[in-house]
Amino acid sequence: MSTEPQTQSHEHGMSDAGYIKIALILAAITALEVSTYYVDFGPLFMPSLMIMMVVKFVMVVSYFMHLKFDNKIFSVLFYTGLGLALFVYFVALATFKFFIA
Amino acid sequence: MADTATHTDHAADHGHHSSTGLSNNKLAMWLFLGSECLLFGGLISTYMLYRGRVQDGPHPSQIYDIPFTSVSSFVLLMSSLTMVLAVTSAQRNDDARTNLWLTITALLGATFVGGQVYEFTTFYREGLGFTTSLFSSSFYTLTGFHGVHVSVGVIMLLSTMGIIKRNRITGNKSEVVELVGLYWHFVDIVWIVIFTLIYLIPS
Repeated sequence: MSTEPQTQSHEHGMSDAGYIKIALILAAITALEVSTYYVDFGPLFMPSLMIMMVVKFVMVVSYFMHLKFDNKIFSVLFYTGLGLALFVYFVALATFKFFIA
Repeated sequence: MADTATHTDHAADHGHHSSTGLSNNKLAMWLFLGSECLLFGGLISTYMLYRGRVQDGPHPSQIYDIPFTSVSSFVLLMSSLTMVLAVTSAQRNDDARTNLWLTITALLGATFVGGQVYEFTTFYREGLGFTTSLFSSSFYTLTGFHGVHVSVGVIMLLSTMGIIKRNRITGNKSEVVELVGLYWHFVDIVWIVIFTLIYLIPS
């Protein structure tokens, strides 16, 4: 009776089959990313690559790193660092006129 | 007094939980990973600024081997799967499977590092030294730092296998494997960003 909640908390997340499905989706997205190098996507090239990169990033963080199932404090710690990094370096790149063609 | 001793024993068994009820070790690892975002953010930004600054030597588009790097990326991605399978095995207290998945993860990580050493050697032979241009310096610094992180991860995986085999983990075994896994997955997500921004997007 007393061990049940502990077992549930230790086995939070997904089943092994679920993780394999996630890995297959990630592999498929990677294949699609590589295809942009060979196939001309036109104006969709950059947005599609960025979207695929973000989707892969979020999937690994949410499912493989269990952030989706874990305590929200861990999400706050990680995404605060990530957000701070994005803000600081976006400003730094803008200072060097990186985004001006 | 007795209460304090009991509390200390309890905390040692469960990885020193904080007042929030969460593991201090896990909190520290997430905080560390958050700070690592700043390190790699700086390195990636520096590369983005300097990738077009090629005074001498080959240009990025002339030397990058996309098929080779794609295979390396796939290898690292699959190592994340084997790592998460090691964590689930550890949560089931299945030491044999945990060690098996940790071994496969370490092998995949070593394969990735081997591929990076091969890539660096090839680039050097093609005339891209560390000080050839601003592009080469920022490229080698960024990918080199990532390679060092993967190498440290492989050492952590092998060490974890060693302490599991010798039954030297005093606290929560699955949490130790999970912490190593968090570091390993972080190395993978950094590569997801590097692969797209550095290799797939031409300068």
